[in-house]
Amino acid sequence: MTSDPRIADALARLPDYLGSHVLVSLTALALGIAVSFPLALASARRPALRALLLAATSVVQTIPGLALLALFYPLLLGISALCERAFGTGFSALGFLPAVLALTLYSMLPVLRNTITGLTGVDPAVTEAALGVGMTRRQSLTMVELPLAVPVIMAGIRTAAVWVIGTATLSTPIGQVSLGNYIFAGLQTQNWVFVLFGCLAAALLAIVVDQLLALVESGARTRRRGRVIAGSLGLVLVVLGALAPALSRPGATIVIGSKPFAEQYILAALIEQRLNAAGLATTRRDGLGSSVILSALAAGEIDVYVDYTGTIWANAMHRTAAGSRDEVLDGVTNWLAQQHGIRTLGKLGFENAYALALPRRRAQALGTASIADLAPHAQKLSIAGDYEFFARPEWPAVRDAYGLTFREQRQMQAEFMYPAVAAGDVDVIAAYTSDGRIAQYDLVVLADPKHAIPPYDAILLVSPRRATDRALLDALQPLVGAIDVTLMREANMRGTSGGGGSPEAAARWLWTEIQGIAGKRSDGSR
Amino acid sequence: MTPATNAIIFDTVSKIFGDGQRPGLDCVSLAVRRGEFLAIIGASGAGKTTLLRLINRLSEPSSGSVRVEGADVRDIDPVTLRRRIGYVFQGIGLFPHMTVAENIAITPKLLGWDRRRTAARVDEMLNLVRLDPVQHRNRYPHELSGGERQRVGVARALAAEPRIVLMDEPFGALDPPTRDALEQDYRRLHDELGLTTVMITHDTLEAVLLADRILVLKTGRVVAEGPPQALLAREDNAYVRDLMQTPRRQAERLHALADRRTPS
Repeated sequence: MTSDPRIADALARLPDYLGSHVLVSLTALALGIAVSFPLALASARRPALRALLLAATSVVQTIPGLALLALFYPLLLGISALCERAFGTGFSALGFLPAVLALTLYSMLPVLRNTITGLTGVDPAVTEAALGVGMTRRQSLTMVELPLAVPVIMAGIRTAAVWVIGTATLSTPIGQVSLGNYIFAGLQTQNWVFVLFGCLAAALLAIVVDQLLALVESGARTRRRGRVIAGSLGLVLVVLGALAPALSRPGATIVIGSKPFAEQYILAALIEQRLNAAGLATTRRDGLGSSVILSALAAGEIDVYVDYTGTIWANAMHRTAAGSRDEVLDGVTNWLAQQHGIRTLGKLGFENAYALALPRRRAQALGTASIADLAPHAQKLSIAGDYEFFARPEWPAVRDAYGLTFREQRQMQAEFMYPAVAAGDVDVIAAYTSDGRIAQYDLVVLADPKHAIPPYDAILLVSPRRATDRALLDALQPLVGAIDVTLMREANMRGTSGGGGSPEAAARWLWTEIQGIAGKRSDGSR
Repeated sequence: MTPATNAIIFDTVSKIFGDGQRPGLDCVSLAVRRGEFLAIIGASGAGKTTLLRLINRLSEPSSGSVRVEGADVRDIDPVTLRRRIGYVFQGIGLFPHMTVAENIAITPKLLGWDRRRTAARVDEMLNLVRLDPVQHRNRYPHELSGGERQRVGVARALAAEPRIVLMDEPFGALDPPTRDALEQDYRRLHDELGLTTVMITHDTLEAVLLADRILVLKTGRVVAEGPPQALLAREDNAYVRDLMQTPRRQAERLHALADRRTPS
């Protein structure tokens, strides 16, 4: 069973992922209890406040976990900027903080609702007796009402714990390492072992924490101190076990970022291998959202990652008119340097552009070689793109340039987009030019004679605070201009489990190829 | 009617509830002497519990004043007042999450007694209500029989050495032998400890057999009061006559039965 290298790989990442997951979810749970418990006490005898709180927390609950987590990033970024202006020091708006805050909000409803239900459910004859024997309101609460409400309150805390541990898997895109890293990376690289491993690990953690809380609860209810101690000790052990890898991690490391798709994981692995080979310590922040990652670099929360000129051109600079590859590269390089102090180390050598693609046979049948040829047929056709594509400025640009109106427009994960177009479920997809699956599924990339889609050269970006870090820049220099599109496509094929490999293995292969090419070049020059 | 001889005084006390749900009181005046055992009888909804709750400020009068041991209750902190007065609740009201010992010790604990004194007092109280301390101390209310629970309720009311005890139908819902024993025991305690007791009951016989004086309430008004013998003899008020004649008729029927069975 363990002969599968993917399981060994998953196990090797477990201490880091599990540790961060426990840390972020239990911090959020503790914070959630600390906030909602006093609120519940204050509102137990105030029906108006109670209704308001329950309504507010219920609304929070209806926001999808992913969206709630994502919303906290720009919010905190804004606050951090204000802080920086006011006190001269900001804080990290990436990762731990937004994840904890969003999950805290998520944990509040069950704690709040159950505490209120538990307190209002106490037999009025008993509270009357509490006053009658001479207790103050506060004594009645602490000596009688709360102890009697403990089972209901603990049930709420257990629900919150399970919710938070489950939802914490969604904190990967905002830069918080969690068991979700398995799931996000696994989905992108078709590594189903990873996906399953992440799900099982999160479920197991939820069950363990739930059972430990149940032990504490039953101990508190039946007043067996042994159980309370055993359950609390178990929780403390879980937290300590989670903290151990975090504490042993070296402090001053270079943080490598990546967006949530296979190519990015491979390039991040390649960068990591190069830096480690140069004796530099590294940490990874994988699967960051596309909108999050640039501001994270600008803020120095990550130090290096690979982006694409067209992405920055369109999304960050809000330019609609596309230029030539060099014009766009120069524009982006200058803008990044002036606006954020980000250093552009150079092009890797390949483009990962959006391009409209369809199966070769279909293209021949329709007689289309370019987007212009496609336009007359578009009304009968459906198009699929990833979650970003239709929201990006180049979609209206290409649509208007060629007068495209499709019958149907669908969003799907890239992994499913390629098989879908190959199977004829959709007619055209917005593919990535460096994707190995273009060759795998025998797709044709349509030409863009009007240059409506900007060029997407892969570029190496370095954060302002590392912009002059000689050791770092020297270690990365060999990658500049070293990867052409065929090499990257091949690496992308190898980097997915469908291709039988892992991002790390693909990165190692890529490096030997780069060296081979460099060797041949130097041989030739001799 | 001096403070020295009266434990509790009601001076034209009225109580009106805004919700119209709970029974109120209409201009009630009464005095309970020190050491007296007063029973309050009347149909449900007559305002018996309302009257009792006004004594330890679980409720406040709408008009008139209540005095306890010479002081207007409005001048006494309600929490302090309640710790001074024992209360046996309708339906017992023991704390389900506390042991027998913890239930009995609650008011001494609130008063800040030290542990040894409290523990000794708990055992003393258990003995007083004829429960074996060793056997019962650490049990929970749900592990007790109805009679035992009621005894613990009485023990809890007496634990902080109150001079006044209020009881709201304390012996209802008990089987007759247990009830009889408990009634006798309580009357003995009342006399031995020199307590002033106000007890609500809807059982006229219980009132007649236990109390020094009976007060009849009807829809918030006092319709009659006096020693049991005097009330039993009253013929002028139909309501009181009906109420008081029930135990007498029962006694006469009992006698008749017993006579028939005794061989002449």
